[in-house]
Amino acid sequence: MTTNAKLTRRLILQAGAASAALGAPGLLLAQPKPIKIGLVHPVSGGLAYSGSQGRLGCQMAIDAINAAGGIKSMGGAKLEAALADSQSRPEVGVSEVERLQQDGVSAYVGCFASAIALAATQAAAKYNTPFLIDVGVSDLIVDRGLKNVFRLAPGFGKCVDDAIVALGEVNKAAGGVAKTAVLVHEESEFGTGTAKLLAGKLPSINVQVAEVIKHANPTRDFSNVALRIKSLKPDLVIMSNYQNEYVLLARTMHQQKVDVAAMFSVLGGGFNYKLVKEQPQVAQHMMDFNHWFNPRDPKAIDMKKKVEATGNLFTFEVYCGWNSVMVYADALERAKSADKEKAIAALESSSWSNHFMPYGQTKFVNGQNTGGRAALLQASATDIEVVWPNQFGSTKAVFPRPKLS
Amino acid sequence: MDLTILGAAAINGLLIGGIYTLVASGLTLIYGVLHIINFAHGSLLMLGMFGVYYLLMKLGIDPYMSLLIMVPAMYLLGYLLYKLLIGRLSQGKDENILLITLGLSILIENLALMFFKGDTRTISVSYSDTMVELGPTLVSLPKIISFGAAMALCAVLGLFIQRTDTGKAIRAVAKERVGARLVGIDVDRIFAISFGIGLATLGAAACLLMPIFYVSPTTGHVFVMVAFTVVVLGGMGSFLGAVIGGLIVGLTESFGGLFLGESLGQIGISLIFILILLFRPSGLFGAKR
Repeated sequence: MTTNAKLTRRLILQAGAASAALGAPGLLLAQPKPIKIGLVHPVSGGLAYSGSQGRLGCQMAIDAINAAGGIKSMGGAKLEAALADSQSRPEVGVSEVERLQQDGVSAYVGCFASAIALAATQAAAKYNTPFLIDVGVSDLIVDRGLKNVFRLAPGFGKCVDDAIVALGEVNKAAGGVAKTAVLVHEESEFGTGTAKLLAGKLPSINVQVAEVIKHANPTRDFSNVALRIKSLKPDLVIMSNYQNEYVLLARTMHQQKVDVAAMFSVLGGGFNYKLVKEQPQVAQHMMDFNHWFNPRDPKAIDMKKKVEATGNLFTFEVYCGWNSVMVYADALERAKSADKEKAIAALESSSWSNHFMPYGQTKFVNGQNTGGRAALLQASATDIEVVWPNQFGSTKAVFPRPKLS
Repeated sequence: MDLTILGAAAINGLLIGGIYTLVASGLTLIYGVLHIINFAHGSLLMLGMFGVYYLLMKLGIDPYMSLLIMVPAMYLLGYLLYKLLIGRLSQGKDENILLITLGLSILIENLALMFFKGDTRTISVSYSDTMVELGPTLVSLPKIISFGAAMALCAVLGLFIQRTDTGKAIRAVAKERVGARLVGIDVDRIFAISFGIGLATLGAAACLLMPIFYVSPTTGHVFVMVAFTVVVLGGMGSFLGAVIGGLIVGLTESFGGLFLGESLGQIGISLIFILILLFRPSGLFGAKR
């Protein structure tokens, strides 16, 4: 027994020395520390669906980066998701940022809703931790001079500007049939801000605003709103609201047979594949100006298939989340460090282009990517098509849409 | 203001009021008669609506045909919930029931989030867009059906409570629990039956709501505050009160939206709630204590 024990000890020592000298130096060196990214999304409460879609996109990106060998300039350091639920409430978003800070996150990605993003980014700014906004369209998010905040997708200012150009071009091509519009928007920062910008810019394309109708969240019945719109006889109805109210309003307008040249939305919360699938007659010919992938990019089609294979829809939250993680990973690769100052500097000088969006290279000015833009979409009976800008378009717009009555 | 629009607003207010009555009728039985503050009312409605959604999507069963499944299923769920959970854990204390139903509501919502995901779902059936001309406005057929059904449901529940032995036992338990026990009424069973009936009405409400509304794990929140307002306004335990309360709340919301704007219109509902609590806590048709 003693002999065996001595032999065993000797064998262990020999094996250790041999592996150190020859075979496995990597085993003895410390693995690079994983880089934690805080994913702050509303995965419960009223915005749960959008939040969970955003989280899905981020996690897919993290998995893809890790599967490809992690951050190579940092010795293959892996990314690690630190999950947080803002519960669709700004104050919870702030407390989740604080909690994740204690957990040692190197950056945050979130927050879907502007109100949550405004509060959460402010909290992260105290620690100078980079915060990538995947979705959150209020321009206030990037206009407050916070050095840690970066947004890849366009905000509502840019979206409204481009939507006005797109609508103007589509209307002009149809002989300028649309001359008046009614705006219907939800009451929070997103809807109110978007509607205010639209009301100011529509006259520039010869569309006069007949009325602006603000509604509460939740609104249980839009019958009176539909009747009011019907009595005003506008050529366009332009909506800015979240998913539930978007669907309810669209259905009521369809049922009340409100005939307009277009039901148009900017960043319409309920304009997605589910609406087309569940309410094809309601959705058909509806137009939305929103974050969208480039339908001509094979990478986008590939990712769409991957997402749909998981039983989920390929909504904009998914690829906005994906892109935000990817642009941060690119910054880490160039900074060769997760140090917050260095990562922020790398993001500021980012010229990332390995995306599948209708964007150019990234160029952040005061945290906003000036290369980002949204697209004009229109629902057919079975799908959603890009109808503007033309170089990414998959079909031509049906405008004015056929009459319902 | 144009009389046509006022007339249309009145019709829309009455119809949405009918929907509120529908959701509140179960609550008035549970909350009003048995004094159980059921915080899970909204979550259970949502659960019922998902049931109707999947019955259509997976088995192709029309929402109105689903009444035959959902009403007994929800009754059974309510009965068992009371027998196995609420009754056992409450130990006869009302504050315990409040906490149990609150916990239940959080549990149901989060389970719904886990299993159904957070997105908004709607259904499309052949009659979804069938419109009926009602005076100055077009009204969808499912809305008229749900209005009629709400009125019928309250009438049936009212008759059930007034005329049947079980109804009398429910009233006896509500008035004097100890006395009811002394005359041989199984109080626990009556509680379970009442809870079951309350949930059965939610099952009916779910079937009638799905063709006109959407469902997501948070849909219950959309209706629960209104349902409590209707019950308080109408008088706890009064089905006639639920009808009148529902219609008043619907009209208030509709005209509030018309005159104050859709954003501020809902203030009226909260205002009614506060005023009723201040000046007539027993409600319009509730018995004074």
